[in-house]
Amino acid sequence: MTATEAMVTEQEPPPPPQSGVRAVLAFLRNTWRGLTAMRTALVLLFLLALAALPGALLPQIALNEPKVAQYITDHGWWGRLLNKLQFFSVYGSVWFSAIYVLLFVSLVGCLLPRTVEYARQSFVQPVITPRNLSRLPHHLRAEFDSTADVDDVAVDVRKQLRGWRLRQDVEDSLAGSSINTAGQGATRVVSLSTERGFLRETGNLVFHFALLGLIVAFAVGKMFMYSGQVIVLANGSEFCNSGVLNYDSFTPGLRVDGTRLDPFCVKINDFQAGYLTNGQPDYYNSNIQYQSGEDLVTNTWQPYDLRENAPLRTAGDRVYLLGHGYAPQFTVTFPDGQVRTGLIQWKPDDTSTMLSEGATKFDPPDVTNTSVLVTKQIAITGLFAPSAAYQDGLLTSTYPGLRNPAVSLDIYQGDLGEDAGTGQSIFTIDQSMLANGRLKQVDKANLTPGQTTKLPDGTTVKFDNVQQWVSLQVSHDPTQVYVLVFALFMLGGLIVSLTVKRRRVWVRVSRTPADDDDQGGRTVVEIGGLARTDQAGYGEEFTRLSARLLDAARGRSPGQAATPTGGKDS
Amino acid sequence: MPVNEMLAQNSQHAYVAAVTIYVLSMFFYLAEAAFGRKAEKTAAEPAKALVTSGGATVTGTTVGPDPDAPVNTGTRGNRPLAERLGRMAVALTVLGAAVHLLSIVLRGLAVHRWPLGNMYEFMSFVCLVAVIAWLIMLQRFQIRRLGAFVLIPVFILMFLGGTVLYTQAEPVQPALQSYWLVIHVTVVSTACGVLLVPGVASVLYLIKGAHERNSAMFMRLGPKLPTQATLDRLAYRTTIFGFPLFTFGVICGAIWAESAWGRFWGWDPKETTAFIAWVVYAAYLHSRATAGWRGNRAAIINVLGFAVMIFNLFFINLVTTGLHSYAGVG
Repeated sequence: MTATEAMVTEQEPPPPPQSGVRAVLAFLRNTWRGLTAMRTALVLLFLLALAALPGALLPQIALNEPKVAQYITDHGWWGRLLNKLQFFSVYGSVWFSAIYVLLFVSLVGCLLPRTVEYARQSFVQPVITPRNLSRLPHHLRAEFDSTADVDDVAVDVRKQLRGWRLRQDVEDSLAGSSINTAGQGATRVVSLSTERGFLRETGNLVFHFALLGLIVAFAVGKMFMYSGQVIVLANGSEFCNSGVLNYDSFTPGLRVDGTRLDPFCVKINDFQAGYLTNGQPDYYNSNIQYQSGEDLVTNTWQPYDLRENAPLRTAGDRVYLLGHGYAPQFTVTFPDGQVRTGLIQWKPDDTSTMLSEGATKFDPPDVTNTSVLVTKQIAITGLFAPSAAYQDGLLTSTYPGLRNPAVSLDIYQGDLGEDAGTGQSIFTIDQSMLANGRLKQVDKANLTPGQTTKLPDGTTVKFDNVQQWVSLQVSHDPTQVYVLVFALFMLGGLIVSLTVKRRRVWVRVSRTPADDDDQGGRTVVEIGGLARTDQAGYGEEFTRLSARLLDAARGRSPGQAATPTGGKDS
Repeated sequence: MPVNEMLAQNSQHAYVAAVTIYVLSMFFYLAEAAFGRKAEKTAAEPAKALVTSGGATVTGTTVGPDPDAPVNTGTRGNRPLAERLGRMAVALTVLGAAVHLLSIVLRGLAVHRWPLGNMYEFMSFVCLVAVIAWLIMLQRFQIRRLGAFVLIPVFILMFLGGTVLYTQAEPVQPALQSYWLVIHVTVVSTACGVLLVPGVASVLYLIKGAHERNSAMFMRLGPKLPTQATLDRLAYRTTIFGFPLFTFGVICGAIWAESAWGRFWGWDPKETTAFIAWVVYAAYLHSRATAGWRGNRAAIINVLGFAVMIFNLFFINLVTTGLHSYAGVG
C-alpha cells in the first residue's frame, strides 16, 4: 500500500513539496509500523528458523571445509549454485544476516514503546472499580448482619491485600450498584481497586532486553575472537602464543590481525590415555606447565593437569586438549656415516585402534646442489600400530594403547617435490612425483622398535621408538561471560513472564439502609476478579482470595468460615 | 569399571515389561473411550450457587480452568464400566512408569554412570518424562481419555529404542565424563519429554477443530475429545513449563561446550536444530498473543516445534555427523 502511495506521488506532474515529504514520512512510518508489528516479528522468527535449517543439513565451511569441497564436486552445478548462494556458510550469509538484522530492528521497535508504556504504568493507579461487578468473569456477592462502618470494613479487607497495587475510592452515587437506595438518600460506598502481577511485564522486558544484549555480545565476540589449533609433541615440547605462524591453523575474528595475541607459553611434559579392555578410551590427561604475565618475565612455570572438559584458562585465553596421536621416531644413517633423526606426528586413521599413517621426510645432509638433492630425498611412509597384529601380512592394530608397537613401512627415495611451490601434506607424499617416476619406492619393511632396514644405496633406517603428541586448541573470546550473563537474565525473565499472572480484584463495600424494624441494616460486600493475561489458573486463586476477603470483611480471621462459593473448585 | 551384566539384563527386562504395561494400559484407555459416552459438553457456562449460612447470603460466579478439573463421578460400586476401565488404565500407566523408572535406575547401576549416555537411554528417559508429565497434567485437567494418544508416540519411541537403537550397556567416552552430562542431557531430555504432551494436545486440537467445522471428519474420534479450549490450555500450560526448561538445557549445553569443545556455540547440527526448535516455540508463545494467530495456527506451530525436537533427536544423531553424534548406533 505504501509503495503505491509513493508511486502515485511520483507520477503526479506538479508534486507539491510538502506532499512529497509527507509521502516519504508516511512510507517510513508505515514501514516502521509494519516492521515492528507482532505479525512481522512472527514471520521473521519463522524465516530465521527456516534459514538456519540448511546449516544443519548441509556441510559448513566453518565446521568441515574438505566436506564442503567434496559436496560441491559430488553435486556439480547444484553444488556450485548452493556455494554461490552462500549455503555452505549459512551463518555468515547475506540472507541470514538480513533476517536477523530485521528481527533485531523489529525487536527494538517493539520494545521502545513497550518500555515507555511500562514506565508510565508504574506510576499510574489501578483503574476505577467497574460499576457492575457481576459482569466480570469472577464474581462474588455477600450480605450479612453487621453494624460496622463501611470504612472500617474496607480497612479490614485492605489488610488482606498486601502486595497488591491498590486504590480506594468513595463512591457517592450508587447508580448501577445493585443496592436499593430508594427513599434513604445516598449511603456511603467504598470501593477498592487492586492489581497484581506487574512483574509479568517486567520479566517480559528483561527477557527481550537480555536477548538484545546477548545478540550484541555475541556479535562483538565474533569480532574480537580468535582460535587456533596446534599439534605439540608430549615430550617437553613448548608452544608459545606469540604469533599466528606458531599454529597449524588459525581462525581470527574480523578485527583480529594476529599481531597482538595474549602472550603465554605451554610446555607439554607427557600424555596418558587410559583405555578399557575393549579399547574404549576411559580418560586422557596431560601434565603441562604454563607461564603467562609476570611468569614470562621471570621464566617461572606453573603446573597444570590438562584434561578433557578441563581447559587451562590463562591470560584471557583457554587451552584445550582436543586429541592425541603417535609420532614414530626414525634415525637415518646415510652411507657417508652422517645421522639424522626424524620425529613428526602421524595421524590416527582409526581412533578406536589408533592405527596411524604418516610420512617422515629427510633431506640428505650437506647437499646444496638441488639436482643432487632431488635424487636423494627420503620419505618413510606407511602405517603405525600401537598394538600390532598382522592379517594376511598386513599390519593392523588391535588396541589403542602402546602394547606392542610396530611400523609397516614403504620407503621412497628421489624427489619429494617439496620445491614445487605448492603446500604438501605432512602426512603423505606427493603422488604425482611417484607417477612421473622422480620418486621411487626403494624398500618395504615391518619394524619393531630398535629394528633396522637397509636401503639399496647403503642408507639404514632405524625405527627408534614412538612418542605421543597432543593437539591443542587455543581459544579467545572476550565477550563470552557477557553472553552467559545475558542468557541467564533471559531465562529469569522468561520464567517470571510465563509464571506471573496479571490479575485484578475489585471490592465494593456498602450498607443496606436501616429499616424501621432493623437497627443497623446489613453490610454488602461485592468482589469481582479479572485475569488480564491467560485465564488459566486464576479461578482457583480468586476462590481462595475472595473467601479470605469476605472473612476479613465479617471481622473474622481468615479460614474460620467455610468457603461459600460457586463453581466446582470448592 | 566393568558393566554389571546381571543388572543390565534386569534393566532390559524391566524395559520390556514397561512397554508391555503401557500397551495394556493403552487398550484400557481405548476401551474406556469405546464404552463411554461422548465427552460431556464441559460446563463452559458459569456455575452459579446460592449459599445461606448463619444469616449471611453469598452468591458467586466463577469460570476458569475449573471446568477442566477432574470430577469425581459416583462413588465406589456404582461407577459406570467406562469409568472403572479408565481408572484401571491410569493405574496401569502409573505401574508402567514405575517399572520404566526401575529399568533406567538399573541401567545406571549396571554401567556405574548416569544412564543417559546413548540414544537408547536417552529415548527411554524422554518417554518416561512424557508419561510422568502427562500423569501430572491429568491431576489438573479432565483429560483421561487422551491417555491412549500420549501412549501411542511413547510406545513407538520405546519400540524403536528397544529394537533399532538398542545399545549394549557400556561406559561413555572421556568427552562425556563430566557432571555437565548429568545436568545438560537430563534437562534437555526432560524438556523434550514434557514437550511431547503439548505436541499431542495440539494435534488433537487440530483434529477436534476439523471435526467441529465438518462433523464428517474424524466422526469417531472427534466427539470423544475434550473441548478445543481444554486442549489449548493443556498445550499452553505444559509448554510454558517445557520451554524455559529447554532454554535452561541449551544454556547448560553452551556452558559445557565451552569447557569441552573450546566454544560455547558453534552451529554444530545439533545446536542449530535446537536453535530452530527454540525459535519455533518462541513463535508459538508469540502467536498466542497475536490476533489472527491464536487457535489453529498456534496449534500448528506447537506441533511443528515438537516435530523439530524429534527431528533433532533422530536425524541429527543418526544421519549427520557432528560433535553430538553419540548415538552409539552403527
